[in-house]
Amino acid sequence: MDGRASAMRPWLLLSPALATVTLLLVVPVMFILVYSFWLRTATGADTSGFHLDNWIEVLTDPFYRDILFKTLRIALVTTLFCIVLGYVPAYFIAMSRTGNKTLLLLLLILPFWISYIIRTMSWINILGASGGLNSLLLTLGIISEPMRLLYNEGSVILGLVHFLLPFMVLNVYVSLEAIDRNLLDAARSLGASDLQAFREVTLPLSMPGLAAGALLCFVLSAGTYITPVVLGGPRDAMFANLVFDAIITQLDWPLGSALSIVLLVVLGSVVLVYNRLVGVGQIAKSFG
Amino acid sequence: MTEQQPAVALEGIVKRFGAVTAVHAMDISIEEGAFVTLLGPSGCGKTTTLRMIAGLLSPSQGDIRIKGRSVTATPIHKRNLGLVFQNYALFPHKTIFDNVAFGLKYRDVGRREITDRVQKALDLVQLPGVGDRHPAQLSGGQQQRIALARAIVIEPDVLLLDEPLSALDANLREDMRVELKRIQEQLGITTIFVTHDQSEALAMSDKVVVMRSGHVEQVGAPEDVYVNPASAFVARFLGNANLIPATVKGRDGDHVIAEVAGVGSVPVPALRAAKLQPGDAAALVVRAERLQLVEQPGDVPEGMIARKATVTAVDYQGQAARYFIDFCGHSIQALNPIGTAPLRAGARVTAVLDSNHCVLVPPEKHP
Ligand SMILES: Nc1ncnc2c1ncn2[C@@H]1O[C@H](COP(=O)(O)OP(=O)(O)OP(=O)(O)O)[C@@H](O)[C@H]1O
Ligand SMILES: [Mg+2]
Repeated sequence: MDGRASAMRPWLLLSPALATVTLLLVVPVMFILVYSFWLRTATGADTSGFHLDNWIEVLTDPFYRDILFKTLRIALVTTLFCIVLGYVPAYFIAMSRTGNKTLLLLLLILPFWISYIIRTMSWINILGASGGLNSLLLTLGIISEPMRLLYNEGSVILGLVHFLLPFMVLNVYVSLEAIDRNLLDAARSLGASDLQAFREVTLPLSMPGLAAGALLCFVLSAGTYITPVVLGGPRDAMFANLVFDAIITQLDWPLGSALSIVLLVVLGSVVLVYNRLVGVGQIAKSFG
Repeated sequence: MTEQQPAVALEGIVKRFGAVTAVHAMDISIEEGAFVTLLGPSGCGKTTTLRMIAGLLSPSQGDIRIKGRSVTATPIHKRNLGLVFQNYALFPHKTIFDNVAFGLKYRDVGRREITDRVQKALDLVQLPGVGDRHPAQLSGGQQQRIALARAIVIEPDVLLLDEPLSALDANLREDMRVELKRIQEQLGITTIFVTHDQSEALAMSDKVVVMRSGHVEQVGAPEDVYVNPASAFVARFLGNANLIPATVKGRDGDHVIAEVAGVGSVPVPALRAAKLQPGDAAALVVRAERLQLVEQPGDVPEGMIARKATVTAVDYQGQAARYFIDFCGHSIQALNPIGTAPLRAGARVTAVLDSNHCVLVPPEKHP
């Protein structure tokens, strides 16, 4: 076999995967990219061609910029909550006996069998004006009229944390599970207390999992549009809601395309920065 | 009075895991500076014992004393012990320097002194230049040296090693054996070493503790347990021993006479006849290397037992050969150096046995 043929081999072997990725990911994104340069006229028909109007609007109108920043802020806060709330159960599961571990992991994955929308809507029954929490507090006489717990940024973040926590727990769990227990014994024998051994050994060695979980949480929450619709108020739209509005409500596909490319580029950059710092391979481990 | 204190003393240590008793009423006393090996087959409770001394497990019963002080209730990080694991257990995210310096951080040691002591420890294990590297950049043997340096740099009261050599390949293992012994002698540090490899135990120890399913079977110097096994188990576990069924017939001065089917009377030194009484069933221990095969029956020295034997199979080992022989109806082995050429299977020979090197032990119990 000559040199060129053997150089081609890996590509040939990868070709089914490459074809799938191209067909399902690259081609649609290209369509969207092309669409973003078209223009929607007053008559409602799209004119093809190379128009910069959408891009100028998206990149200069402070309305879009503000919502982008708000989206990133909500994603960041959600991620921080997931880090704090996810580490503890992950640690607990990783440290429990083998038999219990399977059960706990199963319980963790159980919610995935219920639609994400249903899970999000369940908060309405809990936090709504006549929901469980308000009813309870009213009955107990702690409050005299229902509190407004829903349809604000807080409830959006709550819904996102609820949705994303299992991803964080799984990622952290996987990296905790991979830590050799002898390392902790070694640290302890050298004079470190339980807490010091955690800080010096467990925490740094679980960082890759924490980082992978954080990336997933950030990207998934920054791209969400269902949670703000279900649990947010009229002013809690996130960036993906703008895309939804443009395409579904206003039928302005070119504008929607430009907006979605913006979101894609922003989140893509986050992934690239992450890859520089941590390496993207870690994420694969929690699914492996 | 403190002079006589053993460095480590286990007093009636018992460890149960639920219904399983891993260690039964263990008593061991280890002198300051000694190299003691816990030797026994897999699952006999060596690791469990070591982990109890280290403080990683707490005994169900009994007391552990280090330098006379009871440490049974002392948590592991206050025991000042050096621990070395089979899989090295170096911190993968820390440099070699930080690995070795780890224990010093929790002791009252200045930064300058940390650097000095780490350097000295790295010199001692003959890896002075690797401080900046990470564990993954070292070979297995080097990693185990670093693990040793990390354990000794804190000047522990006792060094505990759990099969530290068994992850290394054969040649390296022998080098490390010598190396470890040199370091231990140089520092004079009390060491407890766990292994299931009898040659490691014999080569390195001042004292060998032979264990079997949670019990101490025999304690003694390597030569002692090898030459004078207290039980059939110890005889079999250490080296290549033949066990021939025998009956104790009586006493003749400082010898105990054993009757062996097909062989006749074998006088064994009374010191090597355990506490067997006339009439007891016993097993005669004959070391394979103590059974000499000669082709000319003429030159049998005075006082030896010589019997006809047939070689049934030969296991050629280069400098020596292991012969499977039929010895008066007993299938046993003889390990002899090779003269000009090894004997061939089928050869008729005379097996010569010095009964002064035989041992009588209680017979093996067959469950
Ligand atoms: N955590 C545990 N729970 C239950 N049983 C255990 C536990 N640890 C050890 N045992 C049991 O105790 C016995 C002794 O185990 P131990 O690990 O001390 O053996 P070992 O002599 O070190 O063997 P090896 O040479 O294989 O390392 C074994 O029968 C083992 O199954
Ligand atoms: Mg063990």
